[in-house]
Amino acid sequence: MNNLILGRYIPGDSLVHRLDPRSKLLSMLIFIIVVFWANNVLTNLLMLVFTMILVFLSHVKISFFLKGLRPMIGLILFTTLFQVLFTQNGHVLFHLWIIKITDSGIGQAALIFMRFVLIIIFSTLLTLTTTPLSLADAVESLLKPLEPLKVPVHEIGLMLSLSLRFVPTLMDDTTRIMNAQRARGVDFGEGNLIRKIKSIIPILIPLFASSFKRADALATAMEARGYQGGAGRSKYRLLKWTYKDSLAIVGICLLGFILFLLKK
Amino acid sequence: MTDKIIELKNVTFRYDENQEKPTLNNISFHVKHREWLSIIGHNGSGKSTTVRLIDGLLEAESGQILIEGHKLSEDNVWDIRHRISMVFQNPDNQFVGATVEDDVAFGLENKGIPLKEMREHVAEALNLVGMSDFKTREPARLSGGQKQRVAIAGAVAMHPNIIILDEATSMLDPEGRLELIGTIQKIREQYGMTVISITHDLDEVTLSDRVLVMKNGQIESSSSPRELFSRGDELLDLGLDIPFTSTIIKALRKIGFTFDNRYLLEKELEDKLWALISKK
Repeated sequence: MNNLILGRYIPGDSLVHRLDPRSKLLSMLIFIIVVFWANNVLTNLLMLVFTMILVFLSHVKISFFLKGLRPMIGLILFTTLFQVLFTQNGHVLFHLWIIKITDSGIGQAALIFMRFVLIIIFSTLLTLTTTPLSLADAVESLLKPLEPLKVPVHEIGLMLSLSLRFVPTLMDDTTRIMNAQRARGVDFGEGNLIRKIKSIIPILIPLFASSFKRADALATAMEARGYQGGAGRSKYRLLKWTYKDSLAIVGICLLGFILFLLKK
Repeated sequence: MTDKIIELKNVTFRYDENQEKPTLNNISFHVKHREWLSIIGHNGSGKSTTVRLIDGLLEAESGQILIEGHKLSEDNVWDIRHRISMVFQNPDNQFVGATVEDDVAFGLENKGIPLKEMREHVAEALNLVGMSDFKTREPARLSGGQKQRVAIAGAVAMHPNIIILDEATSMLDPEGRLELIGTIQKIREQYGMTVISITHDLDEVTLSDRVLVMKNGQIESSSSPRELFSRGDELLDLGLDIPFTSTIIKALRKIGFTFDNRYLLEKELEDKLWALISKK
């Protein structure tokens, strides 16, 4: 699990790091839509340059992005290969038995490849420069407008930040339980599929039980500290929207606009 | 205001209606202003239940609980909770915030304190427990003792009149425990707080003004630590260790020294030994 780069935060103090998480999250959403407008060489080049400028501004080493791409590389190659082999229209470049490679097939494949790479680089950029905690805050804050629609925004935010806070604790629990069961002779990852699945039970049940205990103790502690739900609370952690954030949003919207004009 | 900050009158409590023997059976006691009260007793003697009743986390079957002269009821329970801070046993399960400063601020947020004031309280509390340098750390990167200090900072930041420690030091190593007791003592002197601590730790008991012994859901005795320690081997039955000096006195008796049954501090034992030796 250690080579998973997605969702890993790299501390830093660059321009991208200091942006408000809300503007980064919004940009991410806009970017995903915009990526699908890039469908010729010019627009793709523009997207690539834009992304590269951001990567450069974040001061994060390019190797981290390559690491982020690595787990996905199989999937990317698989899809592009399919594009090459199954696009049948256009000028034929190569023909052997039922294999027919056309120029539009290669074009299509290149397009898909670019989309994958751009989306992964951009999302890696988001998670590398933003703490999970501030992302949770951003989600809560962006959901605020839904409050009149009876969406429990405060509760969602609390759940999100509590689960993020308990992820490492529960990971520790899992390791401890696994080791304890191993010491009692349970074999993990041995035998056929059914046996493998069965061997998970001695981890799962104690983990469930301990989670309930933790939840109960946490609820008691929260109540003892005067937690009465979202109403009437003040907030310690405030997100600050600066002109740079507005600039970032304007920038990405402008990019989208240009792409919309240039797309085929 | 009366001298009694907390008073329990004939409180009975059962977790389960069909429970034959109540968890707490008709107990009455009081805690004075600025007193450090230790509650000791065996597991299952009702110590934790008692303090949970005081904080309104549990509701008594019968009897009255008075906090600062006000009767604890459903209407004022939140108000009273803001004046009482509790620190629990497991540091992991009471850490609500995603980072140290968030956790310390949690209680203040609940109270609706404005941001500026909140920042001051948090900084002050973290400074007091010596965790200022760790304020942006996540709980996963802290040791048990550090987490417990954060919990205490969270309790102190509320500026409560009463602080309740529910075996808050039981999961720490001896060093962390001593450090934490020292911090609590410092805080108590600075703010003049009333401290109730449930403990099995001798050092904590020694520091307290009065010790309440609980047994089977009832108060067995209330005495000064010194009186309690004079009970000798009985201490083991009450869930405490034998103090170091008492162990030495016992060993010395076997080889012919005579002592009366009083408990001695380390310094007093030292003086006594010098006196005995110089007489020979």
